[in-house]
Amino acid sequence: MMFWRIEVKNKPQVMDPVGQGIKRDIIDLGIDTVSDVKMIQVYILEGDITKQQVELISGQLLSDRVIQEYEFGLLEDKKFRVKKKKNFFVVETAYNPGVMDPWEESTKKGIRDLNVQGVHSIKTGRRYLINGRLFAKQLSLISEKLLYNKVIQHVVEVEHLKKTLIAHKEVNYEFKKNTVDLLNLFDRKLIALSKQMQLSLTLEEMQIIQNYFKKLKRNPDHCELETLAQTWSEHCCHKTLKANIKYTDTETKKTTNFKNLLKSTIMGATKKLNKKWCISVFKDNAGIITFDKDDNICFKVETHNHPSALEPYGGAGTGIGGVIRDILGVGLGAKPIMNTDVFCFGPPKLAVSKVPRGALHPKRVMKGVVSGVRDYGNRMGIPTSNGSVIFDERYTSNPLVYCGTVGILPKEHSFKKVSSDEYIVVVGGRTGRDGIHGATFSSIELTHESETVSSGAVQIGNAITEKKVLDTLLQARDKGLYTAVTDCGAGGLSSAVGEMGEDTGARVDLEKVPLKYSGLSYEEIWISEAQERMVISVPKSKLKKLLDLFARENVEATVIGTFTNTNHLELFYEGTKVCDLDMHFLHKGVPDTVRKAIWKKPKIKKSVMPKTRNLNSSLLKVLGDLNVCSKEWIIRQYDHEVQGMSVLKPLGGVNNDGPQDAAVIKPKAGSKKGIVVSCGINSRYGDIDPYWMAVSCIEETLRQVISVGGNLNKVSLLDNFSWGNTSKPAGLGELVRACLGCKDASLAYKIPFISGKDSLNNEFTVGGKKMSIPPTLLISAMGVVENVEKVISSDAKAPGNAIYVIGTTYDEMGGSSYCAVNGLSSPDVPKVNFKNSLKIFENLSSAVNKGLVRSCHDCSDGGLAVAMAEMAFSGGLGMEVCLSGLKHAIDKKDLSSETLLFSESNSRFVVEVEPRKQKMFEQTLKGVPYSLIGQLKDERKFRVIGTNGTVVIDCPVEKLKEAWQKPLRW
Amino acid sequence: MTVSRNKINVLIIRTAGTNCDAETKIAFELLGAKVKLVHVNELVKNKKMISEHQIIAFPGGFTYGDDIAAGMILANELKMKLQDELQRFLRKNGLMIGICNGFQVLVKTGLLPGNKQWQQEVTLACNDSGKFEDRWVHLRKSQISKCVWTKGIDEVICMPVAHGEGKFIAKNKTILKRLMDNGQIVFQYCDKEGGLSVYPDNPNGSVEHIAGICDATGRIFGLMPHPERCVFKTQHPRWTRGENAGIPDGFEIFKNGIEFLKKA
Repeated sequence: MMFWRIEVKNKPQVMDPVGQGIKRDIIDLGIDTVSDVKMIQVYILEGDITKQQVELISGQLLSDRVIQEYEFGLLEDKKFRVKKKKNFFVVETAYNPGVMDPWEESTKKGIRDLNVQGVHSIKTGRRYLINGRLFAKQLSLISEKLLYNKVIQHVVEVEHLKKTLIAHKEVNYEFKKNTVDLLNLFDRKLIALSKQMQLSLTLEEMQIIQNYFKKLKRNPDHCELETLAQTWSEHCCHKTLKANIKYTDTETKKTTNFKNLLKSTIMGATKKLNKKWCISVFKDNAGIITFDKDDNICFKVETHNHPSALEPYGGAGTGIGGVIRDILGVGLGAKPIMNTDVFCFGPPKLAVSKVPRGALHPKRVMKGVVSGVRDYGNRMGIPTSNGSVIFDERYTSNPLVYCGTVGILPKEHSFKKVSSDEYIVVVGGRTGRDGIHGATFSSIELTHESETVSSGAVQIGNAITEKKVLDTLLQARDKGLYTAVTDCGAGGLSSAVGEMGEDTGARVDLEKVPLKYSGLSYEEIWISEAQERMVISVPKSKLKKLLDLFARENVEATVIGTFTNTNHLELFYEGTKVCDLDMHFLHKGVPDTVRKAIWKKPKIKKSVMPKTRNLNSSLLKVLGDLNVCSKEWIIRQYDHEVQGMSVLKPLGGVNNDGPQDAAVIKPKAGSKKGIVVSCGINSRYGDIDPYWMAVSCIEETLRQVISVGGNLNKVSLLDNFSWGNTSKPAGLGELVRACLGCKDASLAYKIPFISGKDSLNNEFTVGGKKMSIPPTLLISAMGVVENVEKVISSDAKAPGNAIYVIGTTYDEMGGSSYCAVNGLSSPDVPKVNFKNSLKIFENLSSAVNKGLVRSCHDCSDGGLAVAMAEMAFSGGLGMEVCLSGLKHAIDKKDLSSETLLFSESNSRFVVEVEPRKQKMFEQTLKGVPYSLIGQLKDERKFRVIGTNGTVVIDCPVEKLKEAWQKPLRW
Repeated sequence: MTVSRNKINVLIIRTAGTNCDAETKIAFELLGAKVKLVHVNELVKNKKMISEHQIIAFPGGFTYGDDIAAGMILANELKMKLQDELQRFLRKNGLMIGICNGFQVLVKTGLLPGNKQWQQEVTLACNDSGKFEDRWVHLRKSQISKCVWTKGIDEVICMPVAHGEGKFIAKNKTILKRLMDNGQIVFQYCDKEGGLSVYPDNPNGSVEHIAGICDATGRIFGLMPHPERCVFKTQHPRWTRGENAGIPDGFEIFKNGIEFLKKA
């Protein structure tokens, strides 16, 4: 066996964008002494191949001869050694042993196509040549922050290439049954065992498990404890949201007992609403509603916070990969047609000294997360069309990454049913050591040691493997080759097989599971969270057809066991039984928990709002607020048009760069029916009152649906809770309040929740200090649009058109962008009057439907001022409005211009109407508060006349746009 | 959309990572073509399928993950396994179109700009911006283009690009000059008025702003922008502003291909 090394680099006269990008990032790190960075792509081939064959591979396959040149030789060849030079540094990175090299499979295929057969393994790496003056400390900072992530990669010792050979060595696994002594443990030891095995189980749970095995008169296998821990984990069974909670509201002094919080609030509301078009709610991998007479649509949003904190690129990529599999695993499998992404990060300009030990800098997290979603989502061929990003220093060590996917599936494929005697078949990727303990890991807090201790919990994704599974699985579905499907997500096979076999029983022979490399123990095989795997249940008569189909598309499909009729989960390794658990105990044995929750209204000072004559600078500041400003840098990196269905893209307007309120797609070529998707998130409101945060988020998503021309007839919601710590009554109290908000709004608007997910341990401990995220609720909405040709956008269309404000403005500056950028505070969080809000939605929706509205933009972060400014600059037009025309700004006293412009009261819209349609428009809006406040102008100036009749804002729209675009224009 | 006489048979070749196949199929079907979507594995087993079609389309996507370089592995596969059949198809006056990743594939096989030896002469390298970008761009049609896919198209049209590797580079000046003199440059990125301009109008830094080229016969066409993403009115980014009221620009391209064969 020989090792060949091939180096490929761009010819000297050709630009090296990778190197240049790194150089820019080095400057971001505060180092300005680097003059040049170049990247060399490294391949190491192991095998019995000749020099001529290596030459062929290098020239034909590995290099682009128009712009690149290559060099190859045996690995230890002198020419690859680095000569020491002043002000010149070499860093070479490679993947850690056991980590899947993403290029290996495809490169091997390319080599086989060249009729070269002897290549055994391929490892890729990158060598960076850095010119510049650097101290050793700076070089290691650059390496660690920009060039590699120690969770999956390492730096190669360039002096000893042979010594640090990166090809993975074969390790043999010798089976040894691993029994755990549980029966004789005392409480203290039970806790210690839970911790030592990373089970994240409580004492009570450990005792129940102990009793179960006492009755069986035997000690459990390691594998059985792992299975229980995974199935009972917060991540998989949502203990907190399903807990019985005694909730005390200190304001009203009322105490309420909730028997199962989720069922008594969010799910209860859905049940009460009992919508006929809800096909499957809170049961399957995603919620399903009807679309048209042939198809249903489904939607799921997941979080992938902890993995993204440790390895942003891989964590976010596998986050989107995971939620796509949820959609592939809903019913008998749906076709993913849209992705959404919502992120919460620390401020990208945070001083390096303020980043806690063990955490990554927010800018690096953000760049990594965005490129992770980009590379995975784009490769999957699913448009990423809707999302949001918010920033707060408290997200620095605990970034939040929400990934969502919408799918479409034929009505008849909306349900699954496993039968006894069917084969358990695993399809897609192979199983490796990646992602061990992900489910339990995400159920505990992070610490500065998580990076090393839990590195196994980070999964590595390969989008093309998943794309192949998608292509093949849907063909198999349409041919009726399987009866049930589920994805391998958190908990791996343990979760997938355990769930599918709940009503039957299952038997798996673990040695049959295809592995990425040898050496995995049977427990590792069972709980590995290796990506891109699905489990299907295949009737014996269909097996051959199924295996043939998968083989044709080069997707691995392997029978690993059968569904039985024993109601037991039985696992074997080479004939020895290693697990035998009662399905009922596994799924229903987790004890009900009783928890206390307290809500105490925080005391927030009401600042005296400064009175200024000129509000130009205030508006510019608010437009530049990171939560308000343009996210174009992110949006453009996502393919938001693949599949050719986009109707309303995330950016629009005369130069395609203005914000839109919601995404609309038309999923079928021959039909005008569409799907509208929107989202609402605002943790600033949650700091004041999670109840109103929840209500406001729901209002916002619905406002966005109305704003683009949708209606509320068939809108469904998803909830995603990310909380810091709910183990204390105060934290849990905030969660209860948010759930109550969800319930009240859902019932008031008659809009059901169809699915949800929670991530309740977003805390980071360093040096004994705990850092917690603010309570953060993401609400996502999916609705059906009858005719996409009636959809409208938010950009202003034509000079001379009238500008109306719909809704009432109150003194609700609490949690506003205006307060945030000016360092002010207010306890007056925006509230909602459901009755008024509904009426506004109905009338406005009817006006849009009648074609009376030219453009519409909802007022959210930054209030009326931001909504009007965005409308004007997106349309490339000027606008002149007069605040004294705002009839419906009622409160106890007259409101100042600042409040009118920047308060974030709900239920408000800015609407553009053509003069000839004004009369009809006003008639349609009868009964709801509206005010005609101004007009669009040819001259590109944004002018606001204040309540006292003087001009308070007078600014060129280009300047406003620049303020809005600049902060994240990287 | 008038469809007459016999149907044109279109073969769309897909493999692992192809992802614009469905919408490309829809675009051809809007014109009444009979479209077959085939996995390259199946095609290699049943090579004569190629001769049963008059148009071969290579759609967008990330074939084999775009590992090594965009389109490289599929290009290598086509050269090693289907070269003779594809050559025969072209001799019999078949048409080819490669969109985005399909263009990258055609370039890396050497089919574009085209020489007898299937030698690669141009490439589509990493965008100057260093990242994938999705945006609508303006394209200026060359006055002397011999491409059969773009006859009668407006001088300046609008289409979306969505790629990370689209910077057109020719191996040397001689090749570039040959392409220009020969009418093989089909589209150049431009501004609204048709003037040649820099980023973001030229979204990737392409040499001479080149967005699409054809072979010497004008029958093989490759382009980075996605015509299949502008065949419906509501796909246009400014349709809510009343733009794109006529026939969408992308539709015209597919129509040209089909009509050329019908006239032939």
